[in-house]
Amino acid sequence: MIEVKNLTKSFDGKTILHDVSATFYTGKTNLIIGQSGSGKTVLMKSIVGLVTPEQGEILYDNRDFLKMNPRQVKELRKEIGMLFQGSALFDSETVLGNVMFPLTMFTSMTRGEILDRARFCLERVNLQGAEKKYPSEISGGMQKRVAIARAIALNPKYLFCDEPNSGLDPRTSILIDELLHDITHEYGITTIINTHDMNSVLGIGENIIFINKGHREWVGDKERIFTTTNEALNDFVFATRLFQKVKHYIISEGHKEK
Amino acid sequence: MFIAKAFSIPDKWKVFSRRTLQEVTKLGVDSIPLVIVISVFIGAVCTIQMKLNTSNPLMPAYSVGLATRDIVLLEFSNSILCLILAGKVGSNIASEIGTMRVTEQIDALEIMGVNSVNYLVLPKIVAFVGFMPVLSVFCIGTSILGGYLVTIFTDLISTARYTYGIQAFFNEWYVWYGLIKSLVFAYIIASVASFFGYYVKGGALQVGKASTNAVVSSSILILLFDVILTKVLLQ
Repeated sequence: MIEVKNLTKSFDGKTILHDVSATFYTGKTNLIIGQSGSGKTVLMKSIVGLVTPEQGEILYDNRDFLKMNPRQVKELRKEIGMLFQGSALFDSETVLGNVMFPLTMFTSMTRGEILDRARFCLERVNLQGAEKKYPSEISGGMQKRVAIARAIALNPKYLFCDEPNSGLDPRTSILIDELLHDITHEYGITTIINTHDMNSVLGIGENIIFINKGHREWVGDKERIFTTTNEALNDFVFATRLFQKVKHYIISEGHKEK
Repeated sequence: MFIAKAFSIPDKWKVFSRRTLQEVTKLGVDSIPLVIVISVFIGAVCTIQMKLNTSNPLMPAYSVGLATRDIVLLEFSNSILCLILAGKVGSNIASEIGTMRVTEQIDALEIMGVNSVNYLVLPKIVAFVGFMPVLSVFCIGTSILGGYLVTIFTDLISTARYTYGIQAFFNEWYVWYGLIKSLVFAYIIASVASFFGYYVKGGALQVGKASTNAVVSSSILILLFDVILTKVLLQ
């Protein structure tokens, strides 16, 4: 479990995160949602340590991240996997090389064991056969899957995904969502997904944190989101006619059942 | 701070060795053709210029070979060569690391707990500084060969006088002086380019700007240190 308490972060005098608190649960897909520029990426980068907040606490299973020394941070990072918006695969390495990278750097496994583990991770994301290809030779969806395989190679306790569906077609987005959801439950990972994809919100949102203008506005799950009275959240989630219709349909079906 | 992080102990020596060998190939071995082409032509031009501009009958004919050799040893094989390599190698390093920065590959390394500066920069510095003497020696040899070819294909100076001039009044320290300078300049190129690449913010446009800034800054530093090292090592 990851807990964030009273996190505040500013850039050039402008406060991006205002006293944000949230809890991200183990074995659940935790979603941070919000409009572009709302501060959700800064929140995620603060939690993983790419940005240092001015105040607040970040607790990884009760271990205060901001009070750790560099050695403790390095150890903690071995428990973290991250999927970046642009996949962030190493261009100079093959698909297999990318997945092998964390294993080579941080384990004392033999080359054979590393190969076995990397191949297992690639099979887990249905990417067997693409081992020898370079990132530039595969599609965006495949790149995301390689990045997921790399992120889970060290059996992380915490998995962070920054807009995993950006640039993907709806069908591939659903596949990535399902993969992240399955991996989270299979390995009992604390998964935090940064997204503004409503399909993801309504599909895998087990714990949703809505960030608006740097404030935590709402917390709930994909069922509760249909009955929320939070105006900003309604405007954000049900912005399109399609989702407005879905909402009306689900609410009316709920009334009929009652 | 940047250099301190770069020179910290690598996480895995095996990975560091493999990366250093890759950088030797990319930054060093791949530069040999450029060094050879430039050196042959500059050596030839030096010889022709020396002959055409030293028509004093009191100057012995072999002085053309002697002057060509000393120009190559003292300046061309280190300062001028490194100014040229600042363009090729410096822009390569800055654009590679810069692209890794803007595509979040460096963030990915940091998240994994890898010291990204050490992982990316140290192999480049070690490889380029380590291979620079080889490039310098290639430059010296092929420059003198360029002058030699002039003596074969033109009648400006006889081959015998040129080869005598090449060997006359040889000062071994000039070789060491040139090699020391080339090592310092190689370090400047690799570290300055890495610095500019590592701290890129933005996108492709900024990577291009960082690459240009890296070449300009390392060229100026090379010229500055050329003056300092000449004063220190030759006086």
